[in-house]
Amino acid sequence: MNEPLYQVIIGLEVHVQLKTESKLFCRCSTDFGQPPNTQTCPVCIGMPGSLPVMNEKAFQLAVKTAIALDCEIPEFTKWDRKNYYYPDLPKGYQISQFDLPMSCRGSLHIEDPEGAFEPKDVRITRAHLEEDAGKSMHDEVAGKADSSIDLNRTGTPLLEIVSEPDLRSAAEARAYLSELKLLLTYLDVSDCNMQEGSLRVDANINLHLESPDGTVATPIVEVKNMNSFRAVERALIYEAGRQWDVWQETGQKLGDVPKQTRGWDDQAQITRGQRHKEESSDYRYFPEPDLVPVRVSAEEVAAIRTNIGELPAAIRERLVADHDISSYTSEVLVNQGRGVVDYFVQVAESCGDGKLAGNWVQQEVLRTLKEQETQIEAFPVASSELADLLGLVQRGELDSSRGKEVFVEMVQSGKSATQVMQEKGMESVDEDEVIQLCQALLEENPQVVADVQGGKQQAVGALVGKAKQQNSNINPGSVRQILLDLIQKMS
Amino acid sequence: MSSIHTRATDWLKQLESGTCTSAEITQLYLDQIDRHDGTIQAFLHVDHEAALEQARDIDKRRQAGKPVGRLGGLPVAVKDILCSLDQPTTCGSKQLEHFQPPYDATVVARLKQEDAVLIGRTNMDEFAMGSSTENSAFQLTRNPWDVERIPGGSSGGAAACVAAAMAPLSIGTDTGGSIRQPAALCGVSGMKPTYGRVSRYGLVAFASSLDQVGPLASNAEDLALLMEVLAGHDPLDSTSAPVDVPSYTATVQQPLEGLRVGWIPEQFRSGLDPEIEAATQEALDVYRSLGASVQEVALPHARYGIATYYIIAPCEASGNLARYDGVHYGYRTDEQSMLAELREQQLAAATPTDVESPLVRMYRKTRSEGFGSEVKRRIMLGTYALSKGYYDAYYLKAQKVRRLIRDDYDQAFQKVDILLGPVTASPAFRIAEKTDDPLAMYLEDLYTVTANLAGIAGISIPCGFTSESLPIGLQLQASPFQEEKLLRASYMYQAATDWHSRRPDLT
Repeated sequence: MNEPLYQVIIGLEVHVQLKTESKLFCRCSTDFGQPPNTQTCPVCIGMPGSLPVMNEKAFQLAVKTAIALDCEIPEFTKWDRKNYYYPDLPKGYQISQFDLPMSCRGSLHIEDPEGAFEPKDVRITRAHLEEDAGKSMHDEVAGKADSSIDLNRTGTPLLEIVSEPDLRSAAEARAYLSELKLLLTYLDVSDCNMQEGSLRVDANINLHLESPDGTVATPIVEVKNMNSFRAVERALIYEAGRQWDVWQETGQKLGDVPKQTRGWDDQAQITRGQRHKEESSDYRYFPEPDLVPVRVSAEEVAAIRTNIGELPAAIRERLVADHDISSYTSEVLVNQGRGVVDYFVQVAESCGDGKLAGNWVQQEVLRTLKEQETQIEAFPVASSELADLLGLVQRGELDSSRGKEVFVEMVQSGKSATQVMQEKGMESVDEDEVIQLCQALLEENPQVVADVQGGKQQAVGALVGKAKQQNSNINPGSVRQILLDLIQKMS
Repeated sequence: MSSIHTRATDWLKQLESGTCTSAEITQLYLDQIDRHDGTIQAFLHVDHEAALEQARDIDKRRQAGKPVGRLGGLPVAVKDILCSLDQPTTCGSKQLEHFQPPYDATVVARLKQEDAVLIGRTNMDEFAMGSSTENSAFQLTRNPWDVERIPGGSSGGAAACVAAAMAPLSIGTDTGGSIRQPAALCGVSGMKPTYGRVSRYGLVAFASSLDQVGPLASNAEDLALLMEVLAGHDPLDSTSAPVDVPSYTATVQQPLEGLRVGWIPEQFRSGLDPEIEAATQEALDVYRSLGASVQEVALPHARYGIATYYIIAPCEASGNLARYDGVHYGYRTDEQSMLAELREQQLAAATPTDVESPLVRMYRKTRSEGFGSEVKRRIMLGTYALSKGYYDAYYLKAQKVRRLIRDDYDQAFQKVDILLGPVTASPAFRIAEKTDDPLAMYLEDLYTVTANLAGIAGISIPCGFTSESLPIGLQLQASPFQEEKLLRASYMYQAATDWHSRRPDLT
């Protein structure tokens, strides 16, 4: 028996900056990368007497996301103050949601196309809106330990999406994050840029182990400071191993020690204990008296629902059903975003061959996008032009390797397939012409015929090269086949 | 030129007819300030030149036949808690001693827009916490009727300056009685509007769900004039109500037909000064004589008002005042001496981590030094009441009682149009008399806090004097957005009495 030593239990808290032009409670811009403290006003820097006013757009984006996560949207939701001191929190409290969040009890389906884990629905505990804090920049050069505060980010709308501890491996955690990010991208509610901090992930992790006293749990650790999905995966793998070691060493169970926060050190590839900022923090939540509660009618939810559009899980199924592509190809295409899906569908419908379109988009188009670091929206080959090219290939007027040459030229020049072919002097070649050419070559080269007949099939390669020299438009594959067929007839 | 005791509405008529100018009126009040504010100390800040310049500008526009705002050149004093662009806005606190907001409170913007002459900033209890204005970090305001006594608070300066005729109109704020109580103790008229009637944008928050801006003046008609300018929805304050504002000035002189007045017997039992009780009973008689019907009404939960208020207000205050941390603006402790002290303690400590970080030390020293003791007391009360394990017993319970108080009022207002009663249990007390007894001080708000908790409107108007010649105030309360009713009922009373016309002898 090879029982696993432990079961990993993971829950994720994801903070997503919503894509609004202005902040959650004032009209300052949310633009990233502006000079420090230039996108501020009395409200977001918490000047005395200033008051928050809710940004309706932010609330709508939050509802849209919550609907897509299959959450319940209560009719009544309110704001609360979360009180704590930190220099990047100018009011001394964060406006958040405590006991009546704007959405709860949703789920997100994850599966791995290669079957690394069983498909599952990860439960979403809640998703609530809150304002972001500012950014502290610590300059510890030469022992000066100066800190600067940039309040541009203060008040940016954040949606905090909390999952239940339903994830059982780092791979599942990563799949959950990828699917969540994809969903948010399809919804167009967030840039989801981890580098710019528009998507941030904290993980809660512990282990369940079998012991003589039954199943025991190790203390839950909150892991922070993970700046990419890859980092999340590695941090969780590391942390699970670390907790196993600690368990063996100390036998500490959940409840024996206070909840610990550890930061992922990407350089050292380890998690490190963080100094407790506020021991067993008491945020003294209470209802925010400066804002009125929000009432969400069934009609508003319905109106937002109709504008959501088709979501990744449904599109994956549709592509397989309508265009006869494999679920793997469908997965790859859908994961690229709505633009690639639309492009593929247009190509497939124009050329009438979903499989062919799928292969070309998945391989040629996506590879080119990656090489050129560009987006499908800026891709120089329009879907109709790719469909024309595929039509030529389908009809045998171009073999696929020449088709790829034409494609490369189309990408570079932005010209159509027929234009490229004309300029390159490419024409489709009559099959009788090829047979005549092959016969002539065989007559001129009896040694090759003998070699092939003697079992050295590769000897025919020399004649394929010669045929190509005489007519550059011929398809090497079919020439080879014709030559072999003719030799067989000769024997 | 008329007397300094001319009513604002009468000044306005003279300004409009051209028999006097705003500059003349402004000068008159500035002279009065120069003569008497050395003693009264109602103002924290008076800018003679700026006021006169504003007045001259309004006069010029009026003379040129250009449109002039509804306050057309009348001086208005503003409590030092309402933000005013590039002007000191201290809130009576060392914490904001040098703070100049980069924006106007909506109320201040409206005053400017309606051509009020902003004559000065009035003294107050620090962050509006107090009932005597003794908690000001800067000066002691005296009651114009007896300078050995307090003017009430927290809008003590706002009431005293009207009583001493240093301004015809004045703006205060009322969280638990802070307009009505000083108005009563200073013998002037003052109104706390319905919660949401006047924008709170730019009002430095004490307790957000209770704070409300309101007018003070010598009489109800002048209150109507000022209320018309202050009231109305403000997109910058989501708690301000989108309810239409009636023309208070158009109706204030119309008597209320079939007025039903209620009074609460319990208010007359609990340690009410006999002279105040007598004056209040006489006021009931005045209304009877004016044709009103009078009946007893019960507010069974009102007795929990003070207890409820002193949970909710400090809880909100503990959050609202967290921003004064010395990081972004306002007072900050002297860093050099703080760091030196910290270094010494670190050296002496067994382990350096036993000593707090410089950041925490900076927060602690800034707040310890910047706030006065009453403010600190309330921050601690609120922080405690919101802490883990106490929230349900205090804050949540208080919110439930608050709801019951509101329900009591709703029921009462089904039977009567206005509730009549005392403003305070006793007249103005002597300076320092209650300094060492915070609970006695808190009871100053006994009759007024319930209006804030319920969010209803209340007004205080003069209704007599004690044997020591101290003013007595009469409180009228009405259901939400019934300010018009309060103003008309007050006008009826003032048309039949002359308590509001009496002036202190300022020698």
